[in-house]
Amino acid sequence: MYDVIIIGAGVSGCACARELSRYRLNICVLEREEDVCCGTSKANSAIVHAGFDAKSGSLMAKLNVEGNQRMEELSRELDFPFQRNGSLVVCFEPDGVPDLEALYERGIQNGVKELRIIERDELAELEPNISDHAIKALYAPTGGIVCPFGMNFAFAENAAANGVEFQFDTEVIGFEKQEACWKIKTSQGEFLTKYVVNAAGVYADVLHNMVSQEKLQITARRGNYCLLDHSAKGFVNHTVFQLPGKYGKGVLITPTVHGNILIGPTAVDIEDKEGTNTTQEELAELLEKASTTVTNLPVRQIITSFAGLRAHEDGHEFRIGQAKGAEGFIDCAGIESPGLTAAPAIGSMVADIIRKLANPQENPDFIGTRKGILDPRTLDYEERAKLIQKNPAYGAIVCRCEMITQGEIEDAINRPLGAKSLDGVKRRTRAGMGRCQSGFCSPKTMEILAEQRGVEIAEITKSGGNSKLIVGINKDKI
Amino acid sequence: MINYDIVIVGGGPAGLAAALSAKEHGVQSILVLERDKELGGILNQCIHNGFGLHTFQEELTGPEYAQRFIEKLKEAKIAYKLNTMVMDISSDKLVTAMNREEGILRIQAKAVILAMGCRERSRGALNIPGYRPAGVYSAGTAQRLVNMEGVLPGREVVILGSGDIGLIMARRMTLEGAKVQVVAELLPYSGGLKRNIVQCLDDFGIPLKLSHTVVDIQGKDRVQGVTIAQVDENKKPIPGTEEHYTCDTLLLSCGLIPENELSQELGVLMNPVTNGPQVDESLETSVEGVFACGNVLHVHDLVDFVSKEAQAAGKHAALYVRDGAERHSDQKIPILAENGVRYTVPCAIHPERMEETQTVRFRVGDVYKNCSIAVYLDQTCISRKKRPVAVPGEMEEVVLKKKDLQAVPGLSRITVKIEED
Repeated sequence: MYDVIIIGAGVSGCACARELSRYRLNICVLEREEDVCCGTSKANSAIVHAGFDAKSGSLMAKLNVEGNQRMEELSRELDFPFQRNGSLVVCFEPDGVPDLEALYERGIQNGVKELRIIERDELAELEPNISDHAIKALYAPTGGIVCPFGMNFAFAENAAANGVEFQFDTEVIGFEKQEACWKIKTSQGEFLTKYVVNAAGVYADVLHNMVSQEKLQITARRGNYCLLDHSAKGFVNHTVFQLPGKYGKGVLITPTVHGNILIGPTAVDIEDKEGTNTTQEELAELLEKASTTVTNLPVRQIITSFAGLRAHEDGHEFRIGQAKGAEGFIDCAGIESPGLTAAPAIGSMVADIIRKLANPQENPDFIGTRKGILDPRTLDYEERAKLIQKNPAYGAIVCRCEMITQGEIEDAINRPLGAKSLDGVKRRTRAGMGRCQSGFCSPKTMEILAEQRGVEIAEITKSGGNSKLIVGINKDKI
Repeated sequence: MINYDIVIVGGGPAGLAAALSAKEHGVQSILVLERDKELGGILNQCIHNGFGLHTFQEELTGPEYAQRFIEKLKEAKIAYKLNTMVMDISSDKLVTAMNREEGILRIQAKAVILAMGCRERSRGALNIPGYRPAGVYSAGTAQRLVNMEGVLPGREVVILGSGDIGLIMARRMTLEGAKVQVVAELLPYSGGLKRNIVQCLDDFGIPLKLSHTVVDIQGKDRVQGVTIAQVDENKKPIPGTEEHYTCDTLLLSCGLIPENELSQELGVLMNPVTNGPQVDESLETSVEGVFACGNVLHVHDLVDFVSKEAQAAGKHAALYVRDGAERHSDQKIPILAENGVRYTVPCAIHPERMEETQTVRFRVGDVYKNCSIAVYLDQTCISRKKRPVAVPGEMEEVVLKKKDLQAVPGLSRITVKIEED
């Protein structure tokens, strides 16, 4: 019997796990996929929102601003990449100025600091490639960018280090309320727990509706993105939003913490909660919209495109709290943008709800820090030479585009909750995330995965499940 | 700090030929740096034949072709390091490299030859919509898996792009037991060699659909199918022409991109058409003493031409080491690529420095029938070569004579262009 079972190893679920591991609780995270960070958390804008966007007085606004304020300290404690690059909401027509001012007012009400409206001259100084049509912008120096994988892995690994268990490839199919506990039926058998945290992303409504009469509706809102190569670095330096206007919500252009440029997302509501495909129409719309923000968008530098699903709840609000009529079943639902920003605050809020219900003792052995995978590029040549002397695997480059060494890949595989697949390695180390998109390094990474995990190379997958990379040996069917 | 006269970045066909040529031209102190575990570069995975017809007047496989150069390199006792990645090249030619055994290497060179080769255009760069399952490979990655690891990346295959690697892989996958259903090509013509279309597709009954592209990839874990559609003259898919193929694999052979990240960080001026450095007749880049050859300079069709070009780079690097600043530095005459000629290598010439003749290589941008390739010195046409057909997949060349250039006082430009009859 567990004290708490968290369903979903995305950034919300893992933030909850990490915050709950501060207490003496027996905790398990159930994840449908083979790894943490496989749903909404892996495919989003990677933005730390300043907090001017959410409706004043909403939970979204509160947790956004709180999450934003905690990000520096958290990124140091848990060692994930975060940068406060500042964000801009750009207004392109005089008609839009009242809306821009309203956004400013809302930001002030939400408690966003240093917010101000800037004129074109200053905007053009901040962003030389801004469109000639830009007239004003809302400038939020507290806006930032983060590695979404990095934050998710940091929470998960820190939770695991503090005793939280993780069960992968485990899909929840039903619940049974028993006296003083819940029986969770899954694809891997049954689990008993006193408390359930429903952090199942786009499926949080499905799980919620299994146990509560007060129904929840979450729609998968698909966003297509394009990622540009490092060679486009500096094309924009801030996160540049378009002021929502007559052409809809607009798309953003932002640097990433790894020096790429990210463009996105579109917003299309779809029925299929698995619909993470990009489409011709959305990619075309995306590039057209992005081209209105800036001049000479370097589309030739695109190295990949992808789609993510936002868990859009009908009321556009975070739904965090005990589900009605389901004692001990805590929803952590409707976590769409600014969910990534709010994740630290969401984790604390859920932990607090459970603390009040379960009244647990503090965990005296709680370790609040975690060390990420060493990035040798942060070292000078002398330090790097010493590192290679100690572990020669750090002298062997596997991914030539991102300059990732075998040492980093081995660390990614062998650390707690380590990578099992190519995508697992990619999200932890960036090997395969560069301009050749794993064309050169995938055979070598597969070899390292097989060797380190002690399995045949044919067992290695792209992302678990049936995503086999090799289907046989030469001439085996002739 | 280690010192070498010439450091060559890359031990593929270009690097090998450049090293041998530099040695033949009197330089003793040469180091080849190779990032892979053996010399030979991409030739090691090209186990088909067709290499060496120009260089050795016989047909060799890729590894055999490479081996001839590797043996000569060893006979010539030219130093090389394997599994060694060049991290940085400074403009004063300090090369920083890294490997397991020696850690960080700092090598001071007098001249550097860039020979890093190229990479394949990825699915992402093509912006093909759909899911992102396992089973989407660049043709070269599939080639490595099949030919070097002995494993099959798929059984039911659709290929997008009719570049040479894609054509070769259509045949290879068929020979290894896979079923290649179709090769789709975005352009109205193939970018591959005619002989590869005949020997790799026609001989196996594999259809080639020109003016077609992939518009959707299905399958969440592993590819389950792709949809291809015909495209109009603007390369936009035509609604209603979609055809669905059930398959587990999509191979991409949609062009090669020279790998010039090191060159760009070094500050070498690039040619936006080739994505390679701008070079003069000595194959010297805009950074003095830094030369380039092979696919890092421009994508070649035949390795024989890579070797030839690399020999020239090796020779000029050797002369630079010997003469350095003593060289003639007369005015550089630009070579302009016009009317169907996409680019030229070199893109400029110092008439004083050039040899008696200079080969200028280029590709055309479209299929031309019954055309002429004309060379102009300023306004005057000095040669007009008849070509029954010129195609983008095959490199073209013209030869310039030093005496012709010197006969035009105040020459300001050389122009190479297609003239249709």
